[in-house]
Amino acid sequence: MTIDDYERAPTVAVEDRQPALPEELRKLWETKPGFLGWLSSVDHKEIGIRYIITAFAFLIAGGVEALIFRLQLAGPNLHLLTPEQYDQLFTTHGMTMIFLYAGPVLTGFSNYLWPLLLGARDMALPRLNALSYWIYLCAGIFLYAAFAFGFGPNDGWFNYVPYAARAYNNGPNIDFYSLGMILLGISTTVGSTNFIVTFLRLRAPGMSINRVPILVWGTLTAAAANIFAIPAVSLAFFLLWMDRNLGTHFFDVPTGGQPLLWQHLFWMFGHPWVYAIVLPAMGMVSDGLPVFCRRPLVGYTVVALATVATMVLGFGVWVHHMFATGLPSVSLSFFSAASIIIAVPSAVGVFAWIATIWTGKPILTTAFLFFANFIVLFTIGGVSGYMTGSVPVDWQLTDTYFVVAHLHYVLIGINVFPVVGAVYFWFPKFTGRMMDERLGRWNFWTMFIGFNVGFFPMHISGLLGMPRRVYTYADGMGWDWLNLITTAGSYLFAIGVLMFLINVVRSYRNGPPAGDNPWDAPTLEWATSSPPPPYNFVVIPTVQSRHPLWEDRLGGETPGHSYVHAGLVLDHGRETVGTSPLDAEPDIILRMPKDSFAPLILSLTLTAIFIALAFNIWWLAIVGGLATGADIIFWLWPERGLGETAEPATNG
Amino acid sequence: MLQQRHPQRFPPHLIRIASLLCAAFLSTPARADAPLNYLYSHGDKADPVVSLTWGVLIVSLAVTVIIALLVAGAIWRRPGLAMAQPGSRIEVAQPAGGMRWIWIGVSISTVVLLASVVWTMAVLAQVSLPATKPALTIEVTGRQWWWQVRYLSNDPSRIFTTANEIHIPTGMPVRFILIGGDVIHSFWVPALGGKTDTIPGQTNETWLEAHAPGTYRGQCTEYCGIEHAHMGLIVVAQTPRDFQAWWNHQLQSPVAQANGQVAAGLMAFNTHCGSCHAVRGTDSAGVLGPDLSHLMNRGTIAAGELPNDPQDLAHFITDPQGVKPGILMQKPELSANELADIQAYLKTLN
Repeated sequence: MTIDDYERAPTVAVEDRQPALPEELRKLWETKPGFLGWLSSVDHKEIGIRYIITAFAFLIAGGVEALIFRLQLAGPNLHLLTPEQYDQLFTTHGMTMIFLYAGPVLTGFSNYLWPLLLGARDMALPRLNALSYWIYLCAGIFLYAAFAFGFGPNDGWFNYVPYAARAYNNGPNIDFYSLGMILLGISTTVGSTNFIVTFLRLRAPGMSINRVPILVWGTLTAAAANIFAIPAVSLAFFLLWMDRNLGTHFFDVPTGGQPLLWQHLFWMFGHPWVYAIVLPAMGMVSDGLPVFCRRPLVGYTVVALATVATMVLGFGVWVHHMFATGLPSVSLSFFSAASIIIAVPSAVGVFAWIATIWTGKPILTTAFLFFANFIVLFTIGGVSGYMTGSVPVDWQLTDTYFVVAHLHYVLIGINVFPVVGAVYFWFPKFTGRMMDERLGRWNFWTMFIGFNVGFFPMHISGLLGMPRRVYTYADGMGWDWLNLITTAGSYLFAIGVLMFLINVVRSYRNGPPAGDNPWDAPTLEWATSSPPPPYNFVVIPTVQSRHPLWEDRLGGETPGHSYVHAGLVLDHGRETVGTSPLDAEPDIILRMPKDSFAPLILSLTLTAIFIALAFNIWWLAIVGGLATGADIIFWLWPERGLGETAEPATNG
Repeated sequence: MLQQRHPQRFPPHLIRIASLLCAAFLSTPARADAPLNYLYSHGDKADPVVSLTWGVLIVSLAVTVIIALLVAGAIWRRPGLAMAQPGSRIEVAQPAGGMRWIWIGVSISTVVLLASVVWTMAVLAQVSLPATKPALTIEVTGRQWWWQVRYLSNDPSRIFTTANEIHIPTGMPVRFILIGGDVIHSFWVPALGGKTDTIPGQTNETWLEAHAPGTYRGQCTEYCGIEHAHMGLIVVAQTPRDFQAWWNHQLQSPVAQANGQVAAGLMAFNTHCGSCHAVRGTDSAGVLGPDLSHLMNRGTIAAGELPNDPQDLAHFITDPQGVKPGILMQKPELSANELADIQAYLKTLN
């Protein structure tokens, strides 16, 4: 195997005429059986599914936490939990849902779907992909281990100083939270880099950037945002950790530290992050909804541009979390206007989705119900956000239950509902089996009613002045019955989620076979088998429109048409084709790495460093650092099989 | 029981119905039932904000109803096709006319949003500063989990310190200087105005005005630790005349009678309470806890958590960690006699 391999002219073939090819590719791409194979796999589909399952496990944990403290809030002056227990529960609930569920679940879907949507055989950097997952898992366990030992974070997910400083929060709680967040930030950064590179280089020949599915736009903008946003929060947590452990004074008020520095750094990350955990989900709807409306999405170009615009504007609104901190009016005016105007690109999406249903012929599947209902929940979350964007109104609304209602309509309405819809939509592709539509209806209506009964009254308790993050409240404040309804609704919602999980398990075992393309959908993932083979596509597809599988009925956008079962044969090893960033013209054959233990080992040694830092065991930190360095050297050692060693061309 | 108390307001089940009911509900006078609500205002600073709040609330409800109806209409205007066998081919089309929705919808949204920005800026300008020069300045320090209140004056003899209950004169703006005593808290009296944080290391300002005499509830709204839920405050608005009388009274040192039990109580207080609490004119000059001079003038104790009656006061003194777990105040080592003496003494702090 020599370097000129990558410049060879690959053969082009029709899939049907290459009967031996699938078996040959399977041998090249398949992960070894057994536990060791499982640990070393770099298959994006395997990693995607692990991400989704892990994220759902955290969703359940976060949900159970909420169900416990909703009991405490069901009536006034209840004391099932001590204040400290309550505070750790509500903080861990927020941390879990925002960091360990909402982001990772979307990463999981995108990990699974991207190469299939783009017509590639894997993500651009498969080992980094595995590393991203393992670090996420380690960070999640790290954070939850602290919680299990009674040292969960107790200062809200936003973790404001000085309450998070050693002087007011003496336990190890905040140290674990800080380090866990930094560790998780590494995972997110690694994963985001991978998405960006994959977008730029791995799209199928002909898939110019105006032909990629909106989910890809959503994940791409989220990934790009993470690259800019994560450093702010990782830095903030690192500075705080140093304040608490090494005696620095970044946030220490008596020595001139600044509490507001924390808030700026946190929300510079925090607000873009909110968009990062909804834009890919909005992308799922933009791609899934039209399939059930039997037409392409209305306004593809403006929706893609709106996605990018939202993310860009999303970096200019963070101060709306800080309207009450005494900043000057000029600054408040700017951020207030930006926070209101950011609704314009959201309106583009809303009207595009409505127009798609209106001008299409909707098929009322469970997935469709989740996607269509999302439009309404998105609107409610949007308008309540518009209200909080107005500074004088926010001075009243902020830190009341109105904001709790708002953020749950955003995170559940725009993340959980589309994600559950996406599972109904893509489950057949993941497993080769259909989900039960009848149970699906029950699932949808229970979640929909439970959610609205649970969370809509929070708007009212907020308008009636109920503050957030209180472990109990007095009677006579006008909040009693509203909280009782909220608690009842949250349990109904949980039953809905349980129905969903039952449906997943039952359908996985006994669902009817799905076939390659059960929904008669238009994009590339439906062109391969269900579940897809380890190599995704026998030949690399060539794309000539946004809907290659509907071209026979709708025609293409340019002369010629897409080929999904005829194309480049890449079988000299694990190979996929690299294409140019804008027009996706093929320009290189990329050799992909084999399965490897390096990502797992690297995440374990990194985690060892963080454990050492948490317990101030300095020698272990140094050993962990050396081991990490050694693993990186091992990982990056030039490999002949990947064309990384200089070797003269022999037959060039 | 809950139904009996609020028979006319029972849970809405679907958002569309809920939106309508919500509007209906909120228009009923909810003031007395919900003392922290901010849909009704009682002062110059809060009034324009309440109009704006109702304005954007109505826009929001209207948008929600319109979008919900459009989605429902879009789904039900055509008889839905059934999903045949998985994998069967279903008709696909690309009808024109969809883009109109986006242009029209986004145009209308943009106009509404821009108008909201303008209204927001107008209200912001209106409430940032009071129309007239504030009549007086009160310094409020947020502490875990109570409020230290200091009345400022150019005349040093008129400066005094109190806690948790703030008296203001009606009809004139009052300036507040807000200080973070330990962690971040947020000063909020919804009927009179929005929130401003008290942040250690910086001094914030706000102002309030009350049209009419009355008692207005406030609350800390920035999460500040385990007793965040129990960090209330009371604003008592009085006519300028009554307010001046109250201030003059506050400046006087409470007079301890020579009566045996009260005198014993004073001694016990100095011993057990005086290193944290202050009573003007006595040896008790602690600064860690609320100033208790004129304690009996206050309506509540424990930062708004309990009514100021003898029973609750005794309960709080003997079991502070039971009433408010986590506070600095520890259970004092008091004999029954000492407690009775201290109670007798506190009763004289008029």
